[in-house]
Amino acid sequence: MAQFILPPNSRIQQGEHHGAPSGAANIKTFKVYRWEPDSGENPRLDTYDLDLDSCGPMVLDALVKIKNEIDPTLTFRRSCREGICGSCAMNIDGSNTLACTKAIDDIDGDVRIYPLPSMRVVKDLVPDMTHFYAQYASIRPWIRTQTPAPPDQERLQSPEDREALDGLYECILCACCQTSCPSYWWNPDRYLGPAVLLQAYRWIADSRDEDTGGRLDDLDDAFKLYRCHTIMNCASACPKGLNPAKAIAEIKRLMVARQ
Amino acid sequence: MEFRTPIKQARGLGASHHGAAHWWVQRLTAIGMVPLMLWLVTGIAANAGGGYLDTISWLGSPFNAVLMVLVFGVLFYHAALGLQVVLEDYVSHKGVRLALVIAVRFLAIALATAAILAVVRIAFFADLRTAFGG
Repeated sequence: MAQFILPPNSRIQQGEHHGAPSGAANIKTFKVYRWEPDSGENPRLDTYDLDLDSCGPMVLDALVKIKNEIDPTLTFRRSCREGICGSCAMNIDGSNTLACTKAIDDIDGDVRIYPLPSMRVVKDLVPDMTHFYAQYASIRPWIRTQTPAPPDQERLQSPEDREALDGLYECILCACCQTSCPSYWWNPDRYLGPAVLLQAYRWIADSRDEDTGGRLDDLDDAFKLYRCHTIMNCASACPKGLNPAKAIAEIKRLMVARQ
Repeated sequence: MEFRTPIKQARGLGASHHGAAHWWVQRLTAIGMVPLMLWLVTGIAANAGGGYLDTISWLGSPFNAVLMVLVFGVLFYHAALGLQVVLEDYVSHKGVRLALVIAVRFLAIALATAAILAVVRIAFFADLRTAFGG
């Protein structure tokens, strides 16, 4: 059966407390998940009291401030700091989102920061994305055609056909939706998950792709596709405002349409 | 350490090509249950307070007996499909999962057969029972 209690070596313990500098007036408390694979110790929740008057507005700014000024061993991924690279996806205040676009002011009380749920942790806030990327690669996310490309121009697409890709092409593969999905928690080995299925539909919906039937064939499976029970965590988690559940529903509709 | 690439593991055994059929039949049986349940609930309400013989003769009429057989057939078919989905979600051990899915199938078929046989007996013998006063 599904495992609901963490094994003893995974239980999170009370960590260190780093107080605010003296004279700080605008203090916010951050509680951050810490785990080092080499220490042999349990994960712990470290507490940092930050002076928001000397901190940027976003949660990522706070993490960078902690790393720069308090604890350089804090480990997390980040790159673009503007919500387009997807590197800083983590669980903030109970939901998966991007640290760089999540405003500290939007969070009541202490800011609790954990890595993306259900993923194997590499260190601190860094999850192992290997299987997720392999699942993405498994749908062969590139155009598949029989017709050779025209010699003198691109493969053309009408403005209406291009519009069909709106709400799909914006996905940055941050895995916020993927790791918010209970079905993905229970069956990550076989269920492709909301992010990969949205990407699969992005190619099914592309008017220039000529392998729609083959793509549907590859998804016609109780585990790869039909673990989705329209729980909708994906749509509420997506930091880009996309709706993977709708894309999955479209795939299911096409499965029926071709019967 | 397993010397298998991440892609090898992600692809696994490939697609079964049974997923859509299972999902679609589950939806069809759900749709079928809507009129059947409306008929069953109104029928039971209409017989509320009636005696054994009244109920037997109501259920034994060809129209009601056919619908009742359909109720049991569709109900247990839908239940078996739905329970299989639940087992696939929550039972991670492959052997246990397969055993439970098989058990659910067998149980659903056995219960549907027993229930339908009961309706058939009532339908065939209702007139006799009514004539002889039960």
